[in-house]
Amino acid sequence: MNMRLIGTLVGATILITLASLWMGQQAYSWFPPEASAESKLIDDLFSFLTALGTFIFLGVTGMLAYSVLFYRAGRYDYSDGPPIEGNVTLEIVWTAIPLALVIWIAAYSYQVYEQMDVRGPMELVHLHMPETMEAAYAEPMEMASLPSAKIAVQAKQWAWIFHYPSENGEDITSTELHLPVDHRIKLALTSDDVLHGFYVPAFRLKQDIIPNKTIDFEFTPTRIGTYRLRDSQYSGTYFAAMQADVVVESPADYQSWLADAAGRVPSPAYNRASSEYNRAAEQTVVRGWETVPPASPPVVNYAPKQAPASPPA
Amino acid sequence: MANISVEELSGNRAQPYPGAPDNWKRFFTFSTDHKVIGIQYIVTSFVFFLIGGLFAMIIRGELITPEANLVDRTIYNAMFTMHGSVMLFLWSFPVLVGLANYLVPLMIGARDMAFPRLNAAAFWMVPVVGLLMMSSFFVPGGPSQSGWWAYPPVSLQNPTGNLINGQVLWLLAVAISGVSSIMGAVNFVTTIFKMRAPGMTFFRMPAFVWTVLAAQLIQLFGLPALTAGAVMLLLDIVAGTSFFRPENGGNPILYQHFFWFYSHPAVYVLALPVFGIFSEIFPVYARKPLFGYRVVAVSSLIITGLSAIVWVHHMYASGTPGWMRMLFMFTTMSISVPTGIKIFAWTATVFRGKLRLDTPMLFALAGVVNFVFAGITGIMLGSVPVDIHVNNTYFVVGHFHYVVYGTVVFGIYAALYHWFPKMTGRMYYEGLGKVHFWLTWLGTTLNFLPMHPVGLMGMPRRVASYDPEFAFWNVLASLGGFLLGLSTLPFILNMVSSWIQGEKAGNNPWRAIGLEWLISSPPPVENFEQLPIVIAEPYGYGKDEPLVSNLAELSESPG
Ligand code: HEM
Ligand SMILES: [Cu+2]
Ligand SMILES: [Cu+2]
Repeated sequence: MNMRLIGTLVGATILITLASLWMGQQAYSWFPPEASAESKLIDDLFSFLTALGTFIFLGVTGMLAYSVLFYRAGRYDYSDGPPIEGNVTLEIVWTAIPLALVIWIAAYSYQVYEQMDVRGPMELVHLHMPETMEAAYAEPMEMASLPSAKIAVQAKQWAWIFHYPSENGEDITSTELHLPVDHRIKLALTSDDVLHGFYVPAFRLKQDIIPNKTIDFEFTPTRIGTYRLRDSQYSGTYFAAMQADVVVESPADYQSWLADAAGRVPSPAYNRASSEYNRAAEQTVVRGWETVPPASPPVVNYAPKQAPASPPA
Repeated sequence: MANISVEELSGNRAQPYPGAPDNWKRFFTFSTDHKVIGIQYIVTSFVFFLIGGLFAMIIRGELITPEANLVDRTIYNAMFTMHGSVMLFLWSFPVLVGLANYLVPLMIGARDMAFPRLNAAAFWMVPVVGLLMMSSFFVPGGPSQSGWWAYPPVSLQNPTGNLINGQVLWLLAVAISGVSSIMGAVNFVTTIFKMRAPGMTFFRMPAFVWTVLAAQLIQLFGLPALTAGAVMLLLDIVAGTSFFRPENGGNPILYQHFFWFYSHPAVYVLALPVFGIFSEIFPVYARKPLFGYRVVAVSSLIITGLSAIVWVHHMYASGTPGWMRMLFMFTTMSISVPTGIKIFAWTATVFRGKLRLDTPMLFALAGVVNFVFAGITGIMLGSVPVDIHVNNTYFVVGHFHYVVYGTVVFGIYAALYHWFPKMTGRMYYEGLGKVHFWLTWLGTTLNFLPMHPVGLMGMPRRVASYDPEFAFWNVLASLGGFLLGLSTLPFILNMVSSWIQGEKAGNNPWRAIGLEWLISSPPPVENFEQLPIVIAEPYGYGKDEPLVSNLAELSESPG
């Protein structure tokens, strides 16, 4: 009897472990492509948490299912179960194991966070774990020809405008964010009005933008392609329409894009919020209430005339 | 403690208010009977559950296609704001206060709450809150459209320039709801400390009472912060102050601290009593004592303590410095220890019991399974690097609906079925109950599970339109949502028809152990003829020991 029980338990544990490892592998396929150095770290962490979580979920539901399937009271069985009120050893074990697990999870997350090194706002002291790891961007890849200066990201209701510094001191502006691949990118995030959020799912990175503050944000794109930037902090009526394309390209392409943009005369770019606002009457089945009017379409050097077209991630 | 005064023994069990009606009409009066008030809370909040659900149907209707083509964006934004606000302030909080109102005095052997009039006053503020919220649909500019967080500066923007606008009415409603909750909290804490029957020591209280105590303590320390934040926001809108107004040097992030200092613990105000419900139900339907009762009881208070020091996990992306992110990541993770204790204790309670899968047990079991799932995604959200990706996406919406629907609503349904015979004296229809359970379970899974993958893909929450790549999961979610809307029909049918013409249930149809099951169904106005003298711990299943020493004297005509 006891041997059989132990055998069943061991068998079940092996099955659950295999299922958990499999789920951990599946987890990678739930994300958009890994387009930044940081995204790899986060996907690994998430895969680990998925495997662990699957194990716990199957363990608990397995125990419940076992009782539900095999320990049902008969129709006329009005007797009680065994009056077991507790078991000190067991209770200590199931306090200690979760405690150890969450410390492990938190420590691993801490380590990943240090490696990402995204800076973020108001960093008073920049804590670094000594030696144990290098930042996600591994080797320094600054090329002399590329501006190491920050790109200024301006958010407003409801448009994104990107300012690239140039020699003559006047910004080159765009409503598309172009970035050179494999370079540490430094952004300065600002907002004209309310809270917004800078979120590129393919980079797995997000940072709220706060009016009256400039927030430094750093990351390293690693994959050439076009991705979607979305506003992630609810910003009012046209919040969902506040999107832009992020174009990651080779340093050479990036340079020529920048040179081309610098030569263009600023013109109004496509802006979904304001174009919708101007046609509000014909949009929906049910008309709405008065709204904060969207800013008029931004006038920028590089001014796409149609909606962002990044392919589904 | 057996010296019961002559007055208490006297057979005078008249209505507290002479002439108060003893039929259904009493539910429309300013009754001070905790049982009447409990049912008033439950029924009123259920009406708002349906209203909040209606808003959810409109949300899901809009989201079944990627384009914003069903309602205008302003309406969509008002819908998710009012959906969240109604579901929290007018359904989840009040329905649980209603259950606690009904059960706590019975479970601790009291004749009423400590302050019956305060109790009634607190209840009657709920319809006022509801009226204020609903009336905001009829003011210029419509209801609040800033989400249930009401983050400034968006909540300060007032496109119509009107002084009486949706946001102002929303803030008034939330403030009144806060006052009502504080009144309730004072009442519950006092009742639990002062009104326990002779012999009802703390470690003889049912786990549900412990969780109500733990939850109401949160209300006492947390609500002042929310109220302060709401008042400052109101002043910014109507009186021209600049606490949170960035143009004049205000700090919008400060509001987030006020808000989450209360609103994180607030989820435990909802979750704790539901944990208590699970702890009550498993022993009855598994015929075994609650495993590790004392540890389960105390873990509620540990959760109360920890819940006060984790709020910044809602602000990982809000301009929070790295050291603060790390600090709150560690505190957040630690909550899973007392929570884990409860989950394991329930599993061990059910383990090799003698299970009866009646509707309350089905809802409780599924509620725990959903909660384990929500706990796992919760740990993921607590991890800063993961949250930086999924914060403000549908992953979060999926996670917290597994809590508020999968766990809290499931627990409430379990409780309503379990105590229905006590409240009404009649039995519900088991078949309809099972239909309701399976519809609810299927709807919940179909609605809220797809929100996780679509969130991982990068779909933000609070969007009226989205990119076509997200459409597949949203169609599934919408179908699940409509199924959930449908699932309320068998429930309503069951409750109404059983109350009118269900079979008589008797005092204790579940053969449950507990003071409330020793008296008639429904209980008489003053609950106990003579106060019970408690001589045992609460879950004596399989032990054949009496709970009280004066069983025969509890009610006038036992049986
Ligand atoms: C039929 C059942 C339900 C459905 C279909 C549903 C659906 C949704 C959806 C789709 C959202 C996201 C809206 C958006 O971000 O644009 C949402 C938000 C929310 N829901 Fe539910 N929900 C349901 C039940 C509940 C319940 C029972 C609660 C209880 C507390 C609840 C509380 C909330 C809250 C607090 C929000 C956040 C609102 C905000 O972002 O400000 N929901 N719901
Ligand atoms: Cu925005
Ligand atoms: Cu929280």
